[in-house]
Amino acid sequence: MFRFIARRLLETIPVLLVIITATFFMIRFVPGGPFTAEKAVTPEILRNLEAHYGLDQPLHRQYFNYLGDLLRGDLGPSFKYANRTVNEIIFDKLPVSLELGAWSLLVALCLGLPLGTIAAIRRNSFLDYLCSGFGMVGICIPTFVMGPLLALLFGIHLQWVNVSGWYGPADRILPALTLGFVYAAYVARLTRGGMLEVLNQDYIRTARSKGASELRVIFKHALRGGLLPVVSFLGPAIAGILTGSFVIETIFQIPGLGREFVQSAFNRDYTLVLGTVILYATLIIFLNLVVDVVQVWLNPKLKFE
Amino acid sequence: MLQPFLRLLPLILAALLVAGCGKKAATDDSGAKILHVGNGTEVQDLDPQVVTGVPENKVINAIFEGLVIEGPNGTDTAPGVAERWETSSDGLVWTFHLRADARWSNGDPLTAHDFVRSYQRILTPSLAAEYAYKLHHVVGAEAYNKGELTDFSQVGFKATDDRTLQITLKHRAPFLLEAMKHYSWFPIHIPTVEKFDGLTRKGSRWTRAENMVGNGAFVLRDWRPNQKIVVTRSPTYWDRANVKLDQIHFYPIESMDTEERMFRTGQLHKTNELPISKIDAYKRDYPENYRQDLYYGSYFYRLNVTRPPLNDVRVRRALALSIDREQLVAQVTRGGQQPAYHFTPPSADYTPTARITMDVAEARRLLAEAGFPEGRGFPKIELLYNTSENHRVIAEAIQQMWRRNLGVDIGLRNEEWKVYLDSQDELNYHICRAGWIADYTDPNTFKDMWVTGGGNNDTGWSSAEYDRLVRASMETNNDEERFAIYQQMEKLLMEELPVIPIYFYTRVYAISPKVLNWVQNPLDNRSWKYIDLAD
Repeated sequence: MFRFIARRLLETIPVLLVIITATFFMIRFVPGGPFTAEKAVTPEILRNLEAHYGLDQPLHRQYFNYLGDLLRGDLGPSFKYANRTVNEIIFDKLPVSLELGAWSLLVALCLGLPLGTIAAIRRNSFLDYLCSGFGMVGICIPTFVMGPLLALLFGIHLQWVNVSGWYGPADRILPALTLGFVYAAYVARLTRGGMLEVLNQDYIRTARSKGASELRVIFKHALRGGLLPVVSFLGPAIAGILTGSFVIETIFQIPGLGREFVQSAFNRDYTLVLGTVILYATLIIFLNLVVDVVQVWLNPKLKFE
Repeated sequence: MLQPFLRLLPLILAALLVAGCGKKAATDDSGAKILHVGNGTEVQDLDPQVVTGVPENKVINAIFEGLVIEGPNGTDTAPGVAERWETSSDGLVWTFHLRADARWSNGDPLTAHDFVRSYQRILTPSLAAEYAYKLHHVVGAEAYNKGELTDFSQVGFKATDDRTLQITLKHRAPFLLEAMKHYSWFPIHIPTVEKFDGLTRKGSRWTRAENMVGNGAFVLRDWRPNQKIVVTRSPTYWDRANVKLDQIHFYPIESMDTEERMFRTGQLHKTNELPISKIDAYKRDYPENYRQDLYYGSYFYRLNVTRPPLNDVRVRRALALSIDREQLVAQVTRGGQQPAYHFTPPSADYTPTARITMDVAEARRLLAEAGFPEGRGFPKIELLYNTSENHRVIAEAIQQMWRRNLGVDIGLRNEEWKVYLDSQDELNYHICRAGWIADYTDPNTFKDMWVTGGGNNDTGWSSAEYDRLVRASMETNNDEERFAIYQQMEKLLMEELPVIPIYFYTRVYAISPKVLNWVQNPLDNRSWKYIDLAD
């Protein structure tokens, strides 16, 4: 297993290098730059600015300088936020995105797993339709509709929580529910599908014929196999929860990294674009590795190769 | 049991622990007067010599103060660090007398030398200050900024003693006091900047809340990026007895809808903007919370005069004459904007007399004369705008007016902000949406941009006569003469039409009746010390 993980980790190096190189050059070829503004500055000032940030050097030298800095763990200064470095911005904001992601994941699993399981056990019953219906609704309603709806209900009409902000523990509720619902819906559907497949397997029939109780059959035997699709979904989903929280962060005014990920591209904040892309790429590669490990652990048929 | 899930649970809990939670609530107003305002986007920085934006302006106006400030009624000029000033008879030498009790927030006295050293810093080439050009009216400033002059003593800033600052201009600039209300003219505390090695480079840490030294009515207490900026009343400010608020909290909120919801639940006293979709409801149901102020800015379309068919002034004129601006502001923009029949917005002492009104018959005649009767044979051209719902609906309405009135079919093309700016700069368009908000309240800021090859011209238009008038306006000795020249310039602009004026901006926002002394200001520039909150 350790050899497997070590090999996979080694493989990430060329992958990351390709991602960094592609991002570095792609963002440079987009029209407009970090200092393109509605009110034009004089050409002399623009030259000063470019010299200040080293943008006056040939592109390949900038690229190798960047790689050198990166090896030392320095992601450079932000072009937009003059007195912050990219490292600082990431250290400031990643924990917020992680926290939002963790709460949302909790909502997704606590809602999705039981609903999916119930739907599978009571297949084609009213309960199944109810749970599957929830799944459809959750997938169909986009977060930018769900978020304002929840804010309207709980923030403005009931006045239980703030409509936006990230100050007290109560401020976590609406964003986590909004983001969690979508993933809960997917989890419910995948759990139902996985469970249905497993419940028809021979070994479940064997377990039942041996006289195991229904609860024992479901929790001990079926769920383990039934969760496989959910686990393979969770790897990219967790990365998605962390990167895809741009909308939620904007609706609820949360100081997370998802917003920087998107805004930095609009601002042509070259270093921040690269910093966030590298971070998310690493995260996705790492989570996929975790998923592979967990799948082997859950499914005796698979082995580390 | 749910074993696999339980095995994942510690991971989730660990993530929660890492992230941490339980911070203090947004509002804990315990009798103190705390104003909560929406402030648009997150500030770039709070160094007055580095930033370029409007949200930055709001915060910097609270923690710094220039020689003069915006007066309490919103249109006059009040003394700031300077208690009085005078100009030489030729208008070139300005002498400012600083007040004796002006202090920095760390208690240091604020002297004329601080101003000179601050101006030296903003003009230093390696600092690469984008707004350094705002000081280029001063003798030698531009040369120093370009690196052509290295001896700062030859630049027109002199501290003749601790309390006297003399500024020598290279040409008359009657708008100097207005221009000085802009933060690029504010002083900074050089020893603090030096301590954090920020004298000749951007991005030093002197503007962090724990390091910042300012001279305004408020001091920076807390700055949490993308959350809020808190400023609190300064104990060393010279006019502290007249400061009314205890704190101001600035919230960077990009989504107008989020901001409006926060206003409705009382999290904000004032929003930065209001979505167009909410304007009617506010006017009808909450008129006491609704405000629309005139804003000294112009919304217009640039025409690329280097490309056919827009190189023909008759075509440009036909397009300009066939827009129904009254209908546009009443039914599309709806925020009380003023239809624009000339480019420069009207102000207290200058309103252009040149007019471009709607005249469809004349427009059709001109178009036919240019070789496109009823729009036949008119080439396929496009109207470019930056991606935004508001610009789209305006462009669609105008596209429709052109189709109906002239029979010409003009395509729409939208581009992301920076791509759009690049296209505009490269003249890679036919017609292009644009906006211009004044730097200071003087018509000059709408005039000199059309000079040949000017960085903000972006139309390819060039007129020797116009260039001559720009120079002449700089050399006049009084405003009457200057404004007379501006009338000629506006007339020329409306004859040649490298731009089509559409409307003059307003600012639409929601504000609680509790906020007192919130006066209308043409640039939404204010001194926060006058603002008060009712109990």
